[in-house]
Amino acid sequence: MRVALFATCLLDQFFAEAGVATVRLLRALGVEVDYPKAQTCCGQPAFNAGHWDEARAMARHIIEVFEGYDHVVLPSGSCGSMLKVHYPELFAGDGPWYRRASDLAARTYELSQFIVRVLGITELGRGLSGRRLAYHHGCHALRELGVEEEPVLLLKNAGAELVPWELDKECCGFGGVFSVKHPVVSVAMADRKLDSLTGAPEAVVSTDAGCLLHLAGRAARRGQGIPFRHLAEVLWEAKSAA
Amino acid sequence: MRPEAYPKEAARLIREHPEVRDAVFKATRHFDQNRVRAYAEVAAEAWRAYAAGVKDHLLSKLAEYLEKAEAALKANGVEVLWADGPEDAARILAEVIERHGVKTAVKAKSMLSEELGVNAALEALGVEVHETDLGEFIIQLAGEAPSHIVGPAIHKDLEAIRRLFAEHLGTPPDASPEKLAAAARAFLREKFLSAELGISGANFLVAETGTLVLVENEGNIRLTTGLPRVHLAFVGIEKLLPRYEDLAVFLQLLSRAATGQPIGTFVSLIEGPAKPGDPDGPEHLYVVLVDHGRSAALKEEKTRRVLRCIRCGACLNACPVYRQTGGHPYGFVYSGPIGAILSPVILGLKQAKALPGASTLCGACAEVCPVKIPIPELLLYWRGETVKSGLAPAAERDLVRAYARVMQSPRLYRLASKGLRLFPKALDNEALPVVRAWTRFRAGLKPSPRPFHELWEEIKDEREG
Repeated sequence: MRVALFATCLLDQFFAEAGVATVRLLRALGVEVDYPKAQTCCGQPAFNAGHWDEARAMARHIIEVFEGYDHVVLPSGSCGSMLKVHYPELFAGDGPWYRRASDLAARTYELSQFIVRVLGITELGRGLSGRRLAYHHGCHALRELGVEEEPVLLLKNAGAELVPWELDKECCGFGGVFSVKHPVVSVAMADRKLDSLTGAPEAVVSTDAGCLLHLAGRAARRGQGIPFRHLAEVLWEAKSAA
Repeated sequence: MRPEAYPKEAARLIREHPEVRDAVFKATRHFDQNRVRAYAEVAAEAWRAYAAGVKDHLLSKLAEYLEKAEAALKANGVEVLWADGPEDAARILAEVIERHGVKTAVKAKSMLSEELGVNAALEALGVEVHETDLGEFIIQLAGEAPSHIVGPAIHKDLEAIRRLFAEHLGTPPDASPEKLAAAARAFLREKFLSAELGISGANFLVAETGTLVLVENEGNIRLTTGLPRVHLAFVGIEKLLPRYEDLAVFLQLLSRAATGQPIGTFVSLIEGPAKPGDPDGPEHLYVVLVDHGRSAALKEEKTRRVLRCIRCGACLNACPVYRQTGGHPYGFVYSGPIGAILSPVILGLKQAKALPGASTLCGACAEVCPVKIPIPELLLYWRGETVKSGLAPAAERDLVRAYARVMQSPRLYRLASKGLRLFPKALDNEALPVVRAWTRFRAGLKPSPRPFHELWEEIKDEREG
C-alpha cells in the first residue's frame, strides 16, 4: 500500500512535530509513507473567499502531486474536505480534471479516519492511560467528512478519559480568512467555546491546525493556560508509550 | 439598513452590548435544544427529504402553480393582486385604504411585510398601524427591526422590555413578564376592535384549494385576520404548496424546526372572506402575491434552492456566528445563514455582498434546515459571484493572486517558509493589517523552529521501532 502524506501548509509551518508523529504512527501501523516534496497548500483560503480561478490553479498542482498513490492521508479534516468534497465541485463541467479530482477525492482520508476505516485499527496501545483530554471536533472533519467517532474511539481505546464538553461540536470561530476578516466575532466564538470547557482536562486535542492555532492563541491571550495539541502527536504517544 | 456595514456593526455590537449577545445565546440555545428533541421524536430525515422534494417540485413548475392558486383564490371570493416589490405594495395599500376608508390597521407577524416596509408605507398614508405579535409589538415600541425570523425581540432581555413598557404603557419598572404581557394585551384589544384593516403574511398558500395557512402561538393572528372588515395578506410566490395534503408534513415540520413544538398552538386555514351566514370573518380578503427578486432566483439552479425556505429560523438558532450578535448587524430583515443567501436575491449582490462572508462555513445550518437547503454551498456560490462580478476589493484579489502563485511553485513555497524563519516576528506584530487582526485578540503566531518538510529529510529513512 503506497500512502502519501499531505502534511498541509499550516501543519508544515506551525505543527511540524505533528507531521513527524504522523509519519512515525503510520509506519508503526505497517504503512509505507511517502511525502511528495512538491506539495504546498490545498488552496482552501482562495476557494472559501470565492477566488475559484486561483483555487483551481492550486488544486491542479495538488492533484498532479498526489497522482498514483493508493491513499492520501492528511492530519487535517478541513484540508481533507477541500480535497474530498470541494475539488470535484471546483472542476464540475471540466471532464478530464473532474475525473482526476474525483479520483483523488476517493483516495483521500483524514488521519484518524484512515486508521479506523481503511486500516481497520481501533486499538493503538494503552499509552494514554489516566490522561484527561478534551476533544474539539473541527467542523469540516465532522460535517463534511463525517469524522465523528474515529478520533474519540482511538483516544479512548488508548486509555484517555475524554471530559464532557457542551460545545465540543460547535465551531471555534477560526474559519480561515474569517478569523482576520471578522476578528471580533471570531474570538467571541472562541470565548463561548472556551467558557464551556469544564472538567479540567490536561489538554485540548483536535485534528485541525487552524482551529488549534486560533483556540490556543485566544486561550493564551485570556490567560487560560491549557495546552492545545494536535491529534497526530497524541495518537503517536498512545502507540509509542504502550 | 446597510448590510455592507456587517463587519463593523457586528464588532461594535459585541463590544458595546454584551447583554444582547447573552440574550441571543440563551434564546437560540433554547430554540435549538427544543428542535433537537422535536426532530428526534419523528423520522425527521425522511420528513426533511420529503419537504425538500415537494418544494423543488413546486419551484420547477411555479408559474403553473401560481395560476392554479390564483384561480382557486378567486373561486373562494378572494381578490388577487401581484406586487413586484415595495413600490407595488405601497400602491396596493394606498388603493385598499382609500377604498375601505382605513384609519387603523393591525398587523400579524410577517417577515415579508418587514421586507416590503409595510409599516412605513402605512404611516406615510396616515394610517395608524399596530404590530400585534408580542415580539413585533416590542420592537415596534423600540423602533427596531426584527432580530430573528421567529423571535423578533430575542435580543432584548427582561430589563430592556420593562424599561420600554414603563415608558410607553406606564407599567411599573419591576413588572413581571405576565404583567407586561397583560399590558400589551389590554392595549392591543382596543386596536383589534377599532381597526378596519388586518394585515398578515402566510406560512403557506395551498395552490389546489387557495387556502392561506398561518401558524402562531399567541392568537393574535386569528384576531388580526378575523376581526377587521378587511384582511390583506402578503404572500411570497415561493410560499405555495401544491396540495392540501402537503400540509400534513409541512405544518408539523415548520413548528418542530422553529420552536420544537409538534404543531403551532393556533393554525388558521383561511379560505376566503366571510360567507353569507358566517358569524364572523372579514368582508373583503386581498391576497398580494409578491415577487421581489424571487423569480430571478428561480432561473438559476443554484439560487433556486433558497426558495425552499419556510422561515423557521432553525439555521439562525444553530449558527454560532449569528448567536454572537443576533440579527441587527446583518442590516436586513433576514439575518443569519438564510439571510446571508436570501439577501443577495432580494437586494442584489452589490448591496448584500458582505453577508455571504459572515460565516465560517461550519455547516451547522445545513444540518438543521427542515427543507435541506445546502446553505454553505450557496454561501460559497455568492462569494464566487462576488469575485466574478468584480465586487471583491482589488487588494484582496492581488493578495490571493500572489498567494496562488507561491503555492503553485514548491520552490517559492520553500523560499517563503525560509523567509518566515528569518523574520520570526512576521506573524507577531502590529504593522501589517492582516497580522494585526490576528494579534489584537490572540497570541501571535510562532512558526515551528523548522518546518516539517525539513524534518522529513531526517526521518524519511527511519525504520519502524
